[in-house]
Amino acid sequence: MHPAPSVIIFTALSGLGFGLMFWMGLGLPAVEGTTAAIFAVLAMGLATIGLLSSMFHLGNPQRFLRALTQWKTSWLSREGILSIATLGVFFIYACLWAFLDNRVVLLGYLSSVMAMGTVFFTAMIYAQMKTVPRWNAMSTPLLFLLYAAGGGALLAAQMTEAMLLLAVLAVVQAGAWIQGDGAFAKSGSTIETATGLGALGKVRLLEKPHSGTNYLMTEMIHVIGRKHVTKLRVISISLMAVLPVVLILLTDVGHMVGGLLILLHLVGLFTARWLFFAEAEHVVGLYYDKR
Amino acid sequence: MKDGKVKYIEGNKDHPVNKGVLCAKGSAGIMQHYAPSRLRNPMKRVGERGEGKFEDISWDEAFEIAAGWLKPIRETAPEKLAFFTGRDQSQSMTSWWAQAFGTPNYAAHGGFCSVNMAAGGIYTMGGAFWEFGTPDWDRTKLFMIFGVAEDHDSNPIKIGLGKLKARGAKVIGVNPVRSGYNAIADEWVGITPGTDGLFILAMVHELLRAGKVDLDYLIRYTNLPFLVNTDETSDESGLMIRDADGKEMVWDRVNGKAVPWDTKGVKPALHGPQSVDGVTCKPAFEIMADKYMTDEYTPEAVADRCGISADRIRKIAAELAQVAFEEEIILDIPWTDFKGEKHDKMIGRPVSFHAMRGISAHSNGFQTARALHMLQILLGSVEVPGGMRFKPPYPKPVEGHPKPHHTVTPGKPLNGPHLGYPRGPEDLCIDADGKAKRIDKAFTWENPLSAHGMMHMVISNAHAGDPYKIDTLFMYMANMSWNSSMNTGGVMDMLRDKDANGEYVIPHIIYSDAYSSEMVAFADLIFPDTTYLERHDCISMLDRPISEADAMADSIRWPVVEPDRDVRGFQTALIQLGVKLGLPGMVDENGAAIYEDYADYITNHQRRPGIGPLAGFRGADGKGKGRGDPNPTQIQAYIDNGGFWIDHIDPENAYFKPWNKGYQEWAVKRGIFDVEMPYVFTVYQEILQKFRNAADGKGALQPPDHLRAQLSATMDPLPIWYEPFEQTIINQDEYPIHALTQRPMAMYHSWGSQNAWLRQIHGTNPLFVSGELWEQHGFTDGDWAVVTSIHGEIQVPAVRMDALNGKTIWTWNAIGKRKGAWALSEDAPEVTKGFLLNHLIHELLPPKGDGLRWANSDPITGQAAWFDLRVKIKRIPKPDHIQTKPDFAAQNSPVGQGPKNVSYGKEWT
Amino acid sequence: MTQLPASTKKKLGLVIDLDTCVGCHACVISCKEWNTTSYGAPLSDVDAYGADPVGTFLNRVHTFEAKQEGCSAQTVHFPKSCLHCEDAPCVTVCPTGASYKREEDGIVLVNEDHCIGCGLCAWACPYGARELDKVEGVMKKCTLCVDRIYNENIPEEDRIPSCVKTCPAGARHFGDFNDPNSNVSILSAARGGMDLMPEQGTKPVNKYLPPRPKADIVPELDVLGPLLAQNEKTGGFLGWLDRTLEKL
Ligand SMILES: Nc1nc2c(c(=O)[nH]1)N[C@H]1C(S)=C(S)[C@@H](COP(=O)(O)OP(=O)(O)OC[C@H]3O[C@@H](n4cnc5c(=O)[nH]c(N)nc54)[C@H](O)[C@@H]3O)O[C@H]1N2
Ligand SMILES: Nc1nc2c(c(=O)[nH]1)N[C@H]1C(S)=C(S)[C@@H](COP(=O)(O)OP(=O)(O)OC[C@H]3O[C@@H](n4cnc5c(=O)[nH]c(N)nc54)[C@H](O)[C@@H]3O)O[C@H]1N2
Ligand code: SF4
Ligand code: SF4
Ligand code: SF4
Ligand code: SF4
Ligand code: SF4
Ligand SMILES: [Mo]
Repeated sequence: MHPAPSVIIFTALSGLGFGLMFWMGLGLPAVEGTTAAIFAVLAMGLATIGLLSSMFHLGNPQRFLRALTQWKTSWLSREGILSIATLGVFFIYACLWAFLDNRVVLLGYLSSVMAMGTVFFTAMIYAQMKTVPRWNAMSTPLLFLLYAAGGGALLAAQMTEAMLLLAVLAVVQAGAWIQGDGAFAKSGSTIETATGLGALGKVRLLEKPHSGTNYLMTEMIHVIGRKHVTKLRVISISLMAVLPVVLILLTDVGHMVGGLLILLHLVGLFTARWLFFAEAEHVVGLYYDKR
Repeated sequence: MKDGKVKYIEGNKDHPVNKGVLCAKGSAGIMQHYAPSRLRNPMKRVGERGEGKFEDISWDEAFEIAAGWLKPIRETAPEKLAFFTGRDQSQSMTSWWAQAFGTPNYAAHGGFCSVNMAAGGIYTMGGAFWEFGTPDWDRTKLFMIFGVAEDHDSNPIKIGLGKLKARGAKVIGVNPVRSGYNAIADEWVGITPGTDGLFILAMVHELLRAGKVDLDYLIRYTNLPFLVNTDETSDESGLMIRDADGKEMVWDRVNGKAVPWDTKGVKPALHGPQSVDGVTCKPAFEIMADKYMTDEYTPEAVADRCGISADRIRKIAAELAQVAFEEEIILDIPWTDFKGEKHDKMIGRPVSFHAMRGISAHSNGFQTARALHMLQILLGSVEVPGGMRFKPPYPKPVEGHPKPHHTVTPGKPLNGPHLGYPRGPEDLCIDADGKAKRIDKAFTWENPLSAHGMMHMVISNAHAGDPYKIDTLFMYMANMSWNSSMNTGGVMDMLRDKDANGEYVIPHIIYSDAYSSEMVAFADLIFPDTTYLERHDCISMLDRPISEADAMADSIRWPVVEPDRDVRGFQTALIQLGVKLGLPGMVDENGAAIYEDYADYITNHQRRPGIGPLAGFRGADGKGKGRGDPNPTQIQAYIDNGGFWIDHIDPENAYFKPWNKGYQEWAVKRGIFDVEMPYVFTVYQEILQKFRNAADGKGALQPPDHLRAQLSATMDPLPIWYEPFEQTIINQDEYPIHALTQRPMAMYHSWGSQNAWLRQIHGTNPLFVSGELWEQHGFTDGDWAVVTSIHGEIQVPAVRMDALNGKTIWTWNAIGKRKGAWALSEDAPEVTKGFLLNHLIHELLPPKGDGLRWANSDPITGQAAWFDLRVKIKRIPKPDHIQTKPDFAAQNSPVGQGPKNVSYGKEWT
Repeated sequence: MTQLPASTKKKLGLVIDLDTCVGCHACVISCKEWNTTSYGAPLSDVDAYGADPVGTFLNRVHTFEAKQEGCSAQTVHFPKSCLHCEDAPCVTVCPTGASYKREEDGIVLVNEDHCIGCGLCAWACPYGARELDKVEGVMKKCTLCVDRIYNENIPEEDRIPSCVKTCPAGARHFGDFNDPNSNVSILSAARGGMDLMPEQGTKPVNKYLPPRPKADIVPELDVLGPLLAQNEKTGGFLGWLDRTLEKL
């Protein structure tokens, strides 16, 4: 799939934002007043920037409200509704907390559940795609949740939790990569099933339908850049999990190191998210003899 | 139409040809019509030739300039005008104009297109495939198609193939490339290019050996029973024995004597030497059988060269025989033949064939076409149910066609039509010294039967001043500086070349195009044409009409939109220019215009009394069919009828047309002929033998010595195969590969590229390399190739194709574009990745060392041998800078560049 | 409404005959022509005369080669438009309800006025049957020419999809798969109409007829060879000639 910056930013930042909300819903970090407000703004800001960024991906963003209508079937619709609701609930919760010094615990738990729910719904947009076998696995929501919770923990300065979660994340991410590498083959879709011509022998594309490119090819087929996959995987997992874990273990995390950790994690996260799209192969590529 | 704009172009389901279907180009007509590359004004050149710098002028000035060049020539030396037209539908009109002007130098593009097919057909059976014949799609059971990617009759072929597929009838495709029609063929014969004649003659060998030929048919309808003079010392050697009235004779095997062939009830002998009045002779059938039954033509002898196994050849021959003779079909329709003999039924041999440029565009194409027609005839499958049928005005024997005319009188018209079918050396267009009278050297000893002229030689000969220099080259609808020429780079140089005085070697070039093509850049004066939706056109019985096998039909186009530019239909402009020049037939005795415009000409012109461009709705009452006075409301009658006129042939006259009394009578009534013209198929073609005899020193007219051997070898009265010329001169080990082009179904030559929709389908044209060559040269995905012929080199992107003859590479035709043409951006993919194979081809053969210029053409018809090309190939990695080579400097676009985006139909949503 | 109907009254769709398609692209252009001026927003072409022209098309023709070891390869032209799947994943993913499948005839459509151009439906379609129009920002797909097939303003025999009407080879057939006697049901049954990517579980309505076996690939028994050999035993060519002439 084409790793569109808008979508990478959307999933990464909103994940972090809702991750932070999750922790704040649990009352962490244990701050108050302006500090709480700053954290809350950070959480909501990240989530909002992410959501807004996703609008850049739309052809007709002015109609986005319509996207809230199909919650019965559409994960995107569900995600839209829930994210707004979460922002709303969290906003009330945060206001009460920061300005009235009244952290309503139940409201907090609700925000946490809703924040994680939102992340889950976001993940399900991808995980539901049978057409992209790499995504079409339970590891996808699990990863998204771990990214949100782990990254959120970093932001919330919950180093122990962060360390644990990131460690798990690293393992799950590595597993997902390995599993993902075989997913396309396991899906059973081949150029032969795509064309129904398997009985005639080995099938290959002779001519594309158009000599140039088209929407499908630019959107769904991304072959360039995959050359560097292994390198990027190493970089991403090191930065987003391994190094932070090591740093947390070895150092006494203060503001400086905390900032560094977040920075490392962010770079790793963006790389991982880029890979999430760039590595994902859509079955439509079969019609172009490319994946 | 909606709000004065074209909304949707759809097929007319009542139309006899298209039956409501449209091809991609037809449906993309909107983008064609609104193409930004449309020329807008008459223009005169201000820069150098080839630069594309022009100044807009008025039509008056354009005519003034043209008349300034043409008037003096007409008064002194009309042959200094060379008027050549491209792929238009108005050749009867343009040739009439050229005749009135008086130049012998006129032809359309047929010489480089498919004259081998046309002439091969007409000299063998009075009609060809091309647009003049069709398989009996509803009845045929086995269809064999040779060397066709698309053809002119492309929709009917597709409709026909669809019918066969629906019935489950078998299709065999003979083509080095398995694409298009060949992709759906039930059996693919991936023949090695240039060897179809061998393959066909090997099948003939098998069929003769097995006695699987239709003797009854051959006796009735062909000249194979005719007696041929076998006295080699005679001046008449190899010619038919004739009686005092000039009638060919056959040997009556019942009475044991020679009688005229059309004697009623005669039972002619097919073998046994005879003698008539002391002249030894044999039936042509025996000569034929002896020739093809030799070991030279066994499947084993040809298999390797054709790339088809002997078993395969035998199997296909057997299949043809099986279907023709064991699965014959009978129609209970009585009919009467020209001898008056009544037949109570029609016997059909349901095998049919079609072929086009794949056999035609080789230097052995004429004889290959003849071989294929002979095969059809031996199977008794021409003009019978289930076989191949002619479309009126065909069938029409050689005798029904004019001979070429070339007598020039300054200030006067030519003495007759330029083009035709010579009957012997006496009809050549040469002077007493044997020098060509025509600039293209058509109808000379070099290519005696060049029935369509040789447009591909005009620029090269005019540049060389051989046979003489010309003053004005006037062309219409032919992209001669690009895809229409062999040796494109060389042609551009010739057009640009100046003499010692700094004048262009070809002094004046007038050109009519509708779009900003590559050729526009080389003209001095431009007549901008309309698009096809803005003018009248006439698809005439005098030309290439839209007839079907059981109907004669013609059609018109009429303006559905008014031009928004200062352009005129070319035919109208031509008439107006003719008026300005005062050409006979175009002005009356007072010098006033007889025809206002083309529509007026279509309505009122009469070729012979009662016969005009349109056959339908003639006469004052509009009821005349074929014949009748001009009808002032004829065009409206066509429009009211959906744009066409059709007249069906009665079922009892619809088959066996050359011999069917009823058909012949009908054809005379409809003005197709003036007298009935029954004839027999000339499998044995004496006219060819006449040239051979001359080459052997017989007769008064003698060819130059250097051509004797070639004439003798190629002008065989019976079909033969010989090696395509190029490969006999070059080193085949060095150039082992055949290189071909195919027409993409979704593109029209060069002008599909200006079409925003079509160019997305074929914006580039990879070189398709056979799997065998791909591996041999170690190609991998994305590689490019350097392709070299003896004439040139190109550098192009390559792609693997397995369904391809192992020794062959090919590409789509005419996708590559010159920078700046067609209102495309200079980095358009057509420029950077597209290419022409034409840079590797040449209008001349590689020098043989005898100092002579030998044309790269069929030695009989002059047909350009596009597909004789031999090359070598080298793998190179994809270049960093994506640009195919050769890479020519940009031409200036007189119409600017097209808009960025197109959203057609926006105003209606 | 992005919930799929449990069943549809009619099941309109196409049969595409791969044994007959010559790859002429007529259906591609005819489709573009009809739909750019008729249904919803035009089908734009970006950089139409430039270096990288990219337009929106609802129907495209691919060309494949299939090869068995030791046999000649085979070329197959392969037209592809929306298959109007029964279990259309493109519909259920749509967040706006712009994508829907009609209960009355099973046609899958996009309500362009509601579409936000999120592209999700195109992601969900395994067949590449949806294209987002770059200029209009809305999702485009084959409409099965719903504005032709029920259009009272055009002659009845023309109330078929534009691509079907134009296909010169007759490789495209339109009809109701719910009716066992329809042309499409009969053809599909007779010629082994197949689903594309059945493993995707989309239950496509459109069916593809596979190419018939090729005589140059599937070896045929040489039943005819002996036909030509018969003559040998009976006096050869001249014997045959005289015998036959006697009969005429
Ligand atoms: N779409 C479209 N239609 C057109 C045109 C167009 O430009 N576009 N042009 C029109 C014109 S002007 C013409 S002349 C006709 C030409 O129509 P076609 O005759 O179909 O012309 P080509 O595309 O040149 O196809 C030649 C075919 O012959 C094959 N071939 C080459 N060498 C050999 C050989 O030695 N033996 C055999 N058996 N096959 C061989 C090639 O592979 C190719 O398939 O098409 C007309 N129709
Ligand atoms: N390598 C290779 N070269 C070939 C062939 C091949 O098979 N292989 N085929 C050859 C054959 S058979 C042919 S016929 C030629 C065809 O080649 P061309 O005769 O060059 O055909 P087109 O490209 O159609 O170009 C004709 C010109 O007519 C112009 N034109 C289009 N419509 C109109 C109109 O309405 N009015 C006027 N006045 N002009 C118009 C176009 O803009 C174009 O400049 O190519 C030949 N060249
Ligand atoms: S084949 Fe020629 S005439 Fe027919 S629709 Fe196509 S472009 Fe028009
Ligand atoms: S083909 Fe694609 S777009 Fe059409 S219904 Fe099926 S999934 Fe949806
Ligand atoms: S692009 Fe339009 S139709 Fe497709 S899922 Fe998004 S809103 Fe629905
Ligand atoms: S049915 Fe209509 S919209 Fe669909 S592919 Fe055919 S022409 Fe296009
Ligand atoms: S129009 Fe018919 S033959 Fe041509 S590509 Fe489309 S389906 Fe195939
Ligand atoms: Mo041609």
